[in-house]
Amino acid sequence: MKYLDEYRDQRIALALAAEISQCTTRPWVLMEICGGQTHTIMRYGIDELLPRGIELVHGPGCPVCVTPLETVDKAIRLALHPNVILVSYGDMLRVPGSRSDLFRAKAQGADVRIAYSPTEAVKIARSNPERKVVFLAIGFETTAPANAMAAWQAKREGLTNFFMLVSHVLVPPAIRALMASSSNRVQAFIAPGHVCTVVGCKEYEDLVRDFRVPIVVGGFEPVDILEAVLMLVRQLEAGEAKLENQYVRSVSYQGNLPAQQIMAEVFEVSDQKWRGIGPIPQSGLRLREEYAAYDADRAFDLGELAVDEPAECISAQVLQGLKKPTDCPAFGRRCTPENPLGAPMVSNEGACAAYYHYRRHSVAS
Amino acid sequence: MSTKTRAEINVELSCPAPLPAKDTILLGHGSGGKLSAALIRDVFLPAFQNPVLARLDDQAIVNVNGQRLAITTDSFVVKPLFFPGGDIGSLAVHGTVNDLAMGGATPLFLSAAFIIEEGFSMEELRRVVNSLQRAAAEAGVQIVTGDTKVVEKGKGDGLFINTTGIGLVPDGLELSADRALPGDKVLLSGSIGDHGIAILAQREGLEFETQIESDSAALHTLVAEMLGVSSNVTHEIRCMRDPTRGGVSSTLNEIAQQSRVGIELEESSLPIHEQVRGACELLGLDPLYVANEGKLIAIVAPEAADAVLQAMRRHPLGAEAQIIGTVKKENPGLVTMRTPLGTTRIVDMLSGDQLPRIC
Repeated sequence: MKYLDEYRDQRIALALAAEISQCTTRPWVLMEICGGQTHTIMRYGIDELLPRGIELVHGPGCPVCVTPLETVDKAIRLALHPNVILVSYGDMLRVPGSRSDLFRAKAQGADVRIAYSPTEAVKIARSNPERKVVFLAIGFETTAPANAMAAWQAKREGLTNFFMLVSHVLVPPAIRALMASSSNRVQAFIAPGHVCTVVGCKEYEDLVRDFRVPIVVGGFEPVDILEAVLMLVRQLEAGEAKLENQYVRSVSYQGNLPAQQIMAEVFEVSDQKWRGIGPIPQSGLRLREEYAAYDADRAFDLGELAVDEPAECISAQVLQGLKKPTDCPAFGRRCTPENPLGAPMVSNEGACAAYYHYRRHSVAS
Repeated sequence: MSTKTRAEINVELSCPAPLPAKDTILLGHGSGGKLSAALIRDVFLPAFQNPVLARLDDQAIVNVNGQRLAITTDSFVVKPLFFPGGDIGSLAVHGTVNDLAMGGATPLFLSAAFIIEEGFSMEELRRVVNSLQRAAAEAGVQIVTGDTKVVEKGKGDGLFINTTGIGLVPDGLELSADRALPGDKVLLSGSIGDHGIAILAQREGLEFETQIESDSAALHTLVAEMLGVSSNVTHEIRCMRDPTRGGVSSTLNEIAQQSRVGIELEESSLPIHEQVRGACELLGLDPLYVANEGKLIAIVAPEAADAVLQAMRRHPLGAEAQIIGTVKKENPGLVTMRTPLGTTRIVDMLSGDQLPRIC
């Protein structure tokens, strides 16, 4: 398949890995931001192809993992409202809240539906005028334009039964928070290619300048990751810090302008809490005042929520790249995809799930 | 005997539970993955405990007056009822015929039970029934008994069908998921993921340049071709399975666990149609977990693998057959895969249904 097979080609991958080995004279710690990249690394064993000195640590770019526990609990509570249809991306359904998850709410009779696109939620609202439809609008800059489009469309049609429970996060403020942290070990970043396809590269240039840290915008196939690693190692070895774009087949400097316009029309930047990390200033998106009527947080009285994370889960350190999933004493024992203690063990993009699904035969557990 | 049964149940329950106590049935319990396996292990097996059931094969083989009778049953709840390449009627025949065929049985008779929701269209029911009859005739089986129940509107989902099948197994043939041995080859009869993606595309209104059709088909003539390779074949073909719900991955994990062996797949040898691969890439699904309804996996002794593969390829339903992996001593109970980069990863059994990724 074009644009895939050549990026999974063994010959090219091994040549890149050899070149990385040649360039590397001392140890470096690199972070791939996106959970999709983490899964590629684990699935294809890319870390095994790298020289010993190159350590890849996994970043916070798993939308499901960083969605605050409160949002998950709110979604469950909303779903259990008798007149509500809760529509969500499939990946959110198994994420543990404080006491339950959306799959269990569904088994208790909640009307929970999986959508591939947020506009499906608008369609459901249109065809069920007597019900209230709440879309669980989560994710990074990648899902924001489509989520914004859903609110925009609902407003244009004058729908009064469509709402969004919004929990949107932004990548650059998270990188800023990681770099500013005293425990930071990361020396260079592979920036998330899909996010940059939408928002472009400008903000990453600011990060490179402010922290003198090399950043390469990278893709998601094995050859993409290896090439991004090579570009970063070359910069590090040369003592440089610049922004480079490895994912040129998708990312332009400007990004996708119509997508940015619809985001700006519907959302505004706000402070945001990240599950496992805590509050990060100006790191999220919320609905603008003009869209207040579609805000589930304002339209429903959700009452007090007592949220409660399992004490044993170390997802906070995992999401910040401070620990590997296998450093957790619960990994593969008390925490498995069937009985997850934290979101990273659930999601298709969670680091713990990637280690568990692809590599637990080769890591001590 | 009864005391022993009770004692064994107690042992089960007092074991440190590998799964948390679940108080309700979740959709994942019907996915064919780990939750389904746990349900069978924790609820059904202890209740019905007997050696025939305990083999956990796709069909039960029992001895009646010297005849080896294969029995199997399957319920069909597919939505939409009509899809490219088939419908719930043809599927209800193929699914049950295939479960018999995987035990090496010649399918003979089927029952068909219909659970119909009040208000269901008579015209659609006729279409389904005609399709069921046509598929049965093509497979050479007769529908000899049946049942009808109608449930109130809102208490069913249009139409559910259950079929039970009976067939005869030749003497000396022993196919079972616990017979795989290190060195054996893993044979797959053709491309994977066609059925699941055809259903998903139809259900979600996804359109592709070329329509993806379900592979739904009766496999017993393909099985006959494979068993006809040599008189020794009884020993050389260890086991056959049709990788339906849960896909190739779940089926191979079951075989690895029941035979206490490892199975190593070669990713580059997996036959996957371009459209299916494209759809899976787009939706963030892994074709190894997507359902098939007209494919079989055979575990075959190394010395017979090529002859069986050639026999499969002579049959239209096995034209794209491939050797996709090898049974190993290492990593017992696990399925692993050599990636295109030469590294190895686990092919895990999913706990529930595969969920599309977010971005």
